[in-house]
Amino acid sequence: MSGANDPYDPKQVAALSPEALDEAVRAALGAFAAAADLEALAAVRPAHLGDRAPVLLARRELGALPPAARSDAGKRVNAARVAVTEAYEARRAELEAERDARVLAEERVDVTLPWDRAPRGARHPLTTLVDRIADIFVGMGYEVADGPELEAEWLNFDALNFGPDHPARWLSDTFFVAPEDSGLVLRTHTSPVQARTMLERQPPIYVVAPGRVYRTDELDATHLPVFHQVEGLAVDEGLTMAHLRGTLDHLARQLFGPDARTRWRPHFFPFTEPSAEFDVWFPEHRDGPQWVEWGGCGMVNPRVLRACGVDPDTYTGFAFGMGIERALQFRSAVSDMHDIAEADVRFTSVFGVEQ
Amino acid sequence: MKVPVSWLSELVDLPAGTTVEQLDAAFVRLGLEVEDVVRPPVTTGPLVVGRVLDIEELTGFKKPIRYCQVEVGEAEPRGIVCGARNFAVGDLVVAALPGAVLPGDFAIAARKTYDHVSDGMICSVRELGIGEDHAGILVLGQAGYVPGTPAADVLGLDDVVFDLEVTPDRGYAMSMRGIARDLAGVLGVTWRDPADLPLPGWAGTPAWEVTVADPDRCDRFSMLAVEELDPAAPSPWPLRRRLAQCGIRSISLAVDVTNYVMLELGQPMHAFDRATVNGPITVRRATAGERLTTLDGADRALTDDDLLITDGSGPIGLAGVMGGASTEIGDTTRAVLLEAAHWEPNGISRGVRRHRLPSEAGKRFERGTDPEVTVVALARAAALLAEHGGARVVGAPVDVDTRAPRAAIALDAGLPGRIAGVPYTRDQVLEVLTVVGAEVAGDGDALRVTPPSWRGDLQEPADLVEEVVRFRGFDEIPSILPTAPPGGGLTERQRRRRSIGRALAEAGYVEAPAFPFTGTAQLDALGLPADDDRRRVITVRNPLSEEAPALRTTLLPGLLAALARNLSRGLRDVALFEHGSVFPAGEGVRAPLPGADRRPDDETLAALLGAVPAQPWHVAVALTGHREPRGWWGPGRPAAWADAVQAARLVAAAAGAELTVEQAERAPWHPGRCAALLVGDRVVGYAGELHPKVCEVLGLPARTAVMELDADALPEPVVPQARSISTFPPVRMDLALLVPEDQPEDRVRRALRGGAGELLEDLRLFDVYTGSSVPEGQKSLAYSLTFRAPDRTLTSEEARVAFDAAVAAAVTANGAQLRA
Repeated sequence: MSGANDPYDPKQVAALSPEALDEAVRAALGAFAAAADLEALAAVRPAHLGDRAPVLLARRELGALPPAARSDAGKRVNAARVAVTEAYEARRAELEAERDARVLAEERVDVTLPWDRAPRGARHPLTTLVDRIADIFVGMGYEVADGPELEAEWLNFDALNFGPDHPARWLSDTFFVAPEDSGLVLRTHTSPVQARTMLERQPPIYVVAPGRVYRTDELDATHLPVFHQVEGLAVDEGLTMAHLRGTLDHLARQLFGPDARTRWRPHFFPFTEPSAEFDVWFPEHRDGPQWVEWGGCGMVNPRVLRACGVDPDTYTGFAFGMGIERALQFRSAVSDMHDIAEADVRFTSVFGVEQ
Repeated sequence: MKVPVSWLSELVDLPAGTTVEQLDAAFVRLGLEVEDVVRPPVTTGPLVVGRVLDIEELTGFKKPIRYCQVEVGEAEPRGIVCGARNFAVGDLVVAALPGAVLPGDFAIAARKTYDHVSDGMICSVRELGIGEDHAGILVLGQAGYVPGTPAADVLGLDDVVFDLEVTPDRGYAMSMRGIARDLAGVLGVTWRDPADLPLPGWAGTPAWEVTVADPDRCDRFSMLAVEELDPAAPSPWPLRRRLAQCGIRSISLAVDVTNYVMLELGQPMHAFDRATVNGPITVRRATAGERLTTLDGADRALTDDDLLITDGSGPIGLAGVMGGASTEIGDTTRAVLLEAAHWEPNGISRGVRRHRLPSEAGKRFERGTDPEVTVVALARAAALLAEHGGARVVGAPVDVDTRAPRAAIALDAGLPGRIAGVPYTRDQVLEVLTVVGAEVAGDGDALRVTPPSWRGDLQEPADLVEEVVRFRGFDEIPSILPTAPPGGGLTERQRRRRSIGRALAEAGYVEAPAFPFTGTAQLDALGLPADDDRRRVITVRNPLSEEAPALRTTLLPGLLAALARNLSRGLRDVALFEHGSVFPAGEGVRAPLPGADRRPDDETLAALLGAVPAQPWHVAVALTGHREPRGWWGPGRPAAWADAVQAARLVAAAAGAELTVEQAERAPWHPGRCAALLVGDRVVGYAGELHPKVCEVLGLPARTAVMELDADALPEPVVPQARSISTFPPVRMDLALLVPEDQPEDRVRRALRGGAGELLEDLRLFDVYTGSSVPEGQKSLAYSLTFRAPDRTLTSEEARVAFDAAVAAAVTANGAQLRA
């Protein structure tokens, strides 16, 4: 209302007095502090920071002052205005923080509630253990080789130096497929994959072959007619039993901990010579650290190399095989083979997707 | 093979103080797996040898009872009551005196019984815990022991027996002789070869006239005749004791002696009652139709693979397998014809299998015996029969010996070291070969090794290498990791299998592998039509179960059985998957069986590999109950056909492939709720709800959903190509279409996508509605479309043009109408 050109009005000018300004500031601070919430604060704001608020009116009066007085009064008015504004902002921040805290407190939930709306499934521990073993060998540069479960009898037996009258070829041990001269069996071990690999290509060969195998055993707590093995084969120049031991020791450490190692006992397999059975030292066994029987190994019998077209005078090879069920049994403390075979989700779920 | 330590220590100079544990470790090191270590049961207190001085027969009781005076090394004999009757005055027996405790906490005390005080007990074998015989008391004979001697030594009560598992290649280790040689070799001590016997200077006519007509199956056949055998002479106690320790029942002196020699030397023998053999003996193959009644009383039909001992009357023995009944020695046999032969092992193995006659003799013959010891074994047996039964050898032995000389094996002395990775010296190699019994010739490293007669398994350098490594010990072999050439990691197929398994597991399915056997009943339960491909099965000749003789052609029977099993155990919300091979019947081509002495020629190999039927890798899921469980968030969502279809899409996505879906009808699915899964126009599987009838037959809940597809039929994944990501804003528009109710939604979606063109970024069906505001026979499909340009902000006019084109395409292709 009052412009710069308004005549000097002593009454208005009184608003510029230090006392009046202090009073205005005090009133504003009091009002802001008294506002209990953001709504109340917003309600009192116009009276103290609105166009008609004393500190703003005072500023308008400055033009009416003689230039000499103007500077002094201007500083005072400004200081008052800043004080009121800051007080307002501070109170607003305070009230906002209070409100936020209250709202967040009200929004509190019970975070312990379950939310298993999409339960996770699981892979069978045999599958994940096979993958794990395969990965250890892939890490050493091996390839993973596959072969059929329904296999040529020649590859399952003859190529591996099982003579025509070998007891393993009896109906009491091996599943044969009709008709009688089909020449097909359900493979009794993963070793025919060795033969397939060597027949397919020349050394150097470094392969592992995990897979399902069959023997005519009735299912009981310790036997399965259908089970899994992992077979390993390396054929190269200059391979020795020391390399075989190094490989098995490495596998044992990867699977069973840094203190694991292998122990060998002489044994007989038609397809290796010399042959051994090997035990693994398993520190985490539930009945205390102990040696556990695990698999068989040896240097590939030169007869097998010859049957598969590999020159035994140039190359040597080692091979090994072990039961996955057996490894699972002691690694995860499975006491009954039925649990491995019966696909009860309560058994399998424990093992998750990657074990 | 059971090995009493007492017997072993007669042959091997065991170092003083050798413990059972040390022997155990030595056997394991030799590859003779210790199955069991049998320690005799513990007996305490006075147990002594006694002599029966007097027998008073007590009468008037329910059974005859004897009151005996037994001399036990004390001033006066003891009176002992005994219910057994198999002994006479003068017999040496074992007496447990008061204060003794026999196995099973059987405490002996003086007590009054049958009106007499029994001052101890005369023991049977069973009471002593050293055998099963309880028919009478143990009679030690009439001489050889002083009454009062502690009986523990006599009985072998401190004797440990090792039960060793002998691998099929080591026939020689089926004898004390072979075990002793190996053990002495590994312990580095001296031993005595029980086969190292001077042969008596027999003279006269050979024991019998013998012809071996099949020298390939029998290259040495020896016989010796004895007469004047006392048929009543008992086997001496030590012999009986050893047989019992080795798990062989005592029968008669003649039989016990042949068994004892078999255990000692590894040479099984047969004893004929000489008086019953008619005319010359011929060893020959049977002719079809011939029959033989064997010792066990079985009348057996013979095949032309059976090798026989025959006389003038026909077959009198199944060579190496079992003797004939007609020439069996009996209670009155005084003249015995002993036979010891060397048979070809595989023929014996076939015979044992064919006639189901496993025996101690068969176990040795099929592993291979020492052809050198036939006559030695006869001499040893004759000597024992002479000593214990008064028998006398008559004439000279028969010995038909057609063996070829054993060929030497060329061995580079450095080979064992190169195979083992251990620097064995030439001397070390020679030392082991000598211990094994081989003869070694040759200078420098070029050795010529002639294996001993008892080691038929040593045929190649590798076999000799094994002996060197075995005796030097596996512990010497260092542990060195070889460096394989760099590999390529997993193949696409292997990665795919893993991805599929992981994807299904992460989506809530639990892997449930089943045995891959199936049968007609299981296929019937699926309601498969008679001409269904899945009924063309491969059958197993010797199945575990007659109900499931075939190999699976589908994963569903096994998976549904697993589902039922889980439900029967009280679970309700179950989602399972399996992936694995199925075995559809192939062409039925026979796989050849070529020789294995060299690589088969390419043609044979191709035939061999080609005869193995393809075994595609299938994936299946089955689910029932709630797919999403009910919870505090709400009621949950039941598993349904759509989950099965979605599982198929998930599998395809995990394999890097894309599926399309078409309405289909196929067992065992609900005819209205079955989706064919296609890649291009090839059906790779089916998914949907199980037919209600199938659910009923299998006892599964209604609306069980299943999927099965052939993962091998999914195309190889291509390397994904990146698309450029536009940062310009999208335009979103919704639409609803009315289409005929039987119109597959998938076609509408494809038409929309085709019509909208390249500006369409995303298309989602968000509602399917039939109801009051939709005309009869129609359904409303609501979609949300997102348009975006790669290089500019799309104007609403541009988006509208694309939108209209999408609608127009849907209208044209599907008879759709835009819903107001």
